[in-house]
Amino acid sequence: MRPILLKGHERSLNQIKYNRDGDLLFSVAKDKVLCVWFAANGERLGTYQGHQGAVWTLDVSPNTVLLATGSADNEVRLWNVKTGECVKVWDFPTAVKRVEFSPDGSRLLAVTEKRMGYLGTIVVFDICYGDGEGGDLNDQNDEPSLRITCEESKATVAGWGYLGQYIIAGHEDGSVSQYDAKEGEQLENVQAHEFDYQINDIQFSSDRTYFITASKDKTAKILSTRNLAILKSFPSDTPLNTAALTPKKDYVILGGGQAAMDVTTTSARQGKFEARFYHRIFEDEIGRVKGHFGPLNTIAVHPAGTGYASGGEDGYIRVHHFDKPYFDFMYEVEREQMRR
Amino acid sequence: MPAMAPSFDTLSEQDLHEEEEEIDFSDLKAQYEVRLEEGLDTFVVLDGLPIVGEDTRDKLVKYLLKKLNTVGHTSSDAVSMPFNEKKSSSEGFAIVEYETPEQAMSAVKHLHGTMLDKKHTLAVNKLTDIDRYGREGRIDEEYKPPHIEPFKEKEHLRWWLGDPNARDQFALYRGDKVGVYWNMKKDPPENVVDRPHWTQLFVQWSPHGTYLASIHPQGLQLWGGPSFSKQKQFPHPFVQLVEFSPGESYLTTWSARPVQVEEGQPVLTYEEDGKHIIVWDIVSGKPLRSFVAHEVTGQEADAAPKKKVQWPAFKWSADEKYVARMLPQQSISIYELPRMNLLDKTSVKIDGIMDFEWAPATPTREGVKQYEQLLCFWTPEIGSNPAKVGLMSVPSKEIVRTRNLFNVSDVKLHWQTQAAYVCVKVDRHSKSKKSMATNLEIFRVKEKGVPVEVVDSLKDTVINFAWEPKGDRFVLITTGEASAGAAVAPKTAVSFFAPEKVKGSGVGNFKLIRTIEKKTSNGIYWSPKGRFVVVATVHSQQSFDLDFWDLDFEGEKLESEKDLAANLQLMKSTEHYGITDVDWDPTGRYVVSSASVWTHSMENGWNIHTFSGTTLAEHPTEKFKQFIWRPRPLTLLSKEEQKQIRKNLREYSREFDEEDKYAVDIANTAVVEKRKRVLNEWLAWVRKEKELLEEERQALGIPEEGGEADRLKTAVTALDSKADAVVEEIVEEIIEETEEIIG
Repeated sequence: MRPILLKGHERSLNQIKYNRDGDLLFSVAKDKVLCVWFAANGERLGTYQGHQGAVWTLDVSPNTVLLATGSADNEVRLWNVKTGECVKVWDFPTAVKRVEFSPDGSRLLAVTEKRMGYLGTIVVFDICYGDGEGGDLNDQNDEPSLRITCEESKATVAGWGYLGQYIIAGHEDGSVSQYDAKEGEQLENVQAHEFDYQINDIQFSSDRTYFITASKDKTAKILSTRNLAILKSFPSDTPLNTAALTPKKDYVILGGGQAAMDVTTTSARQGKFEARFYHRIFEDEIGRVKGHFGPLNTIAVHPAGTGYASGGEDGYIRVHHFDKPYFDFMYEVEREQMRR
Repeated sequence: MPAMAPSFDTLSEQDLHEEEEEIDFSDLKAQYEVRLEEGLDTFVVLDGLPIVGEDTRDKLVKYLLKKLNTVGHTSSDAVSMPFNEKKSSSEGFAIVEYETPEQAMSAVKHLHGTMLDKKHTLAVNKLTDIDRYGREGRIDEEYKPPHIEPFKEKEHLRWWLGDPNARDQFALYRGDKVGVYWNMKKDPPENVVDRPHWTQLFVQWSPHGTYLASIHPQGLQLWGGPSFSKQKQFPHPFVQLVEFSPGESYLTTWSARPVQVEEGQPVLTYEEDGKHIIVWDIVSGKPLRSFVAHEVTGQEADAAPKKKVQWPAFKWSADEKYVARMLPQQSISIYELPRMNLLDKTSVKIDGIMDFEWAPATPTREGVKQYEQLLCFWTPEIGSNPAKVGLMSVPSKEIVRTRNLFNVSDVKLHWQTQAAYVCVKVDRHSKSKKSMATNLEIFRVKEKGVPVEVVDSLKDTVINFAWEPKGDRFVLITTGEASAGAAVAPKTAVSFFAPEKVKGSGVGNFKLIRTIEKKTSNGIYWSPKGRFVVVATVHSQQSFDLDFWDLDFEGEKLESEKDLAANLQLMKSTEHYGITDVDWDPTGRYVVSSASVWTHSMENGWNIHTFSGTTLAEHPTEKFKQFIWRPRPLTLLSKEEQKQIRKNLREYSREFDEEDKYAVDIANTAVVEKRKRVLNEWLAWVRKEKELLEEERQALGIPEEGGEADRLKTAVTALDSKADAVVEEIVEEIIEETEEIIG
């Protein structure tokens, strides 16, 4: 499995994402630049210019028409994927740490930071797709259709549950909440991770019936979207920044490493900058992929499950295409199950 | 009562004084009340005196004084002998004041019940006692038999030895939790007990593994039995160091702060006040004797005198009959157990004494029949007198062997575990004091006249030395001079020595087997059973290697080493990043290497290896502090029985192999069963979730996946164009390569 190294960012990566077709890979980093790459060969297709601060987050609409980004310059921007023009800017009093389109692309959520007297919020916008030919995309609502304020502990990440019914948020205190996506009321809250260990990532299964969280408490957990029951737990030996679920195979990929500020005080071998593969069902670690020389900040898996990409504190993206053994690997009990 | 949660937050005053509730301390308390009555405790009352008239009064007093002054100091002015109302005759008693309460006590102790003459027996009591017990109603007239507590079955303190698989236990201290576990080899250890805040500083097993000691500001506690219940408490406030006697009958504790005995303290008496070191009797839990620590100043005269703790301050002889402490440069004080009295009531003066060590086993010198313990000591050069190493026999205090040494800068004494040899490692400087060299002077204690063999082929300084336990081979590590300012420690060399083979039963001269150069090793860890040794680099920032050596390799032997009683073979080398400690289990089957947070905070944890260096399991542990194997007591089998076992080892090992295989099979089946269950549960969950999702989708009227694209027409274009998309790729290929030489 030889990775393709994408060197387009000058600072650490914040989030990377494939579009639904899996042909494009989008990336945002602290260097304000927003890049799009061909997933197959790593060639850079282009950049989107406009943000004035580190770009924390991005998402691409299911039909690959719109691209949303959230930044430290307190803006959420909406871009025309094809032309690269910015079609909408929403301003906030604080930085935006996470954006995500609903499964049908009709809504967009944004998680805003708690700072300067403002509480953290999750806001939802209704998204319009213009004339359907790529025109009139700048015709968007100015005001959000929903606003959830996190009174207790700010949300750090959030995403949509199945059928867009719920908004699931991970909090700074290690808890996970389930909100009604229409009314915004909190339905559930569970302390999924150790208290006061922030949740750094949340990614959903393809049908969004379950999701995985990655926390600073060195574990990743799979929870049920319906009732937030903890289904699986993946302990590791390093604080985790990101966790992803792989389609096709029942694995999960975890990434993390010593926080950047701690690394300088410790030896390089202690960094633990590897992507770790665990079996989703049996919770065993089954492999590691080395390469980055800084913590892994973000991992995205190709929607078809044929490869994955990781973005690191080192400013590089590494795109991997899985080899045959990856697909062949199976536990004996799984094989038996197949034969039946 | 939170007996099982021994955190010192919860282990309150009440908990500490729990014993107080169990044992009646009223007699001791009464003793303290006496001390409170200031001034009166110098008085004693003499009873049973002859009735005398005014004329013979002085004569009687004079006679009494003669007796009274044998135990203390008093005078005729201090004797008051009341007369009856008519002033005609005395009442038959007198009150005497002594100078100190101790003298008064001594008078009660020694004079009470002695005969004055044929008719009169002297009764001497403390005035305060008379006051307390003599009053009406204070003492019950009827005799009541003392209440005897019903017998309570105690926990079996050696229960862990009965494990059917003969597993060993260990204590693990990490974070603020201490746990005791069974060693499970490859598998995660099995927990016996795990308690938060069990200790404040560290934990320590007693030498035979009976007790686990925990250290608290209030003192030391011993735990034992299957439930690790509290066995004993030793209330030495702010105790910092602990040393058990080899047979775990006694215990020495040390604290930097002198003991302050407070009123009502049930165990410590004013004897202990102001002392640093207490020697305890473990069974009774009472102090035997206490001492003020010697002030020890650092050896560097130029540096500001730095206080160093001399520890162990008290060194025990192998049979616990004696314990000795050195007053540096002056003397050794030897105390006899169990009374802790100074042997012959005097310390042994040894001018300039630097260090001493007891023989770790009761020695058997040829031609010496009577009982003895040996201790080895050394003195440096004083004036024109040479440095000396001596062997002293105790209790006779006779010096049985001495050896003079010259140009000595330092000496270290290394006894072999069976007291067969003592190796005196002598660091010598050249005349100019510029270069250093090391000599080994090996005293063959068991041989007639204690001959000394000198091994002096070592040019470099020896930084570590270790005898093979129960054997006659040793390993040492030498190093060159450290170049000033160098970041990297100088390379070391590891040398193995063994005796030459000789005819008959004797042990030949010690000869070098092999030296391994260019190492970084600094630690030598012999298997407790001998033969195997681990040489490791510990506390280093650059190297972390462990070498596992076999000294009786059952294979081909080098021709050059055929005359030596050893066949040296490196079995395996391994690494453990950040290693700080190496510990053999008491049976010599496993080795644990560990990296403690006490030294550094990088990758703390412990790894377990077999004796031959195969790593069985790695246990990275957050805030790992301490790993200690539980020691085992001495074997109860006779020599013959042990021999028999060794002979039939092959049969036993076959049995064990089968057991192991069986255990593995069971474990594998269990794992497979568990996986099956987990897989089925997961698949069932996914299936159910899918059904629910479908129901809800239909209820909400949302089209199925893929149908979404129709709803959002925009996607159509994207999908269409994808069908005939052309991906352009530039591929560079080398068709031919030719080399031209231009010239």
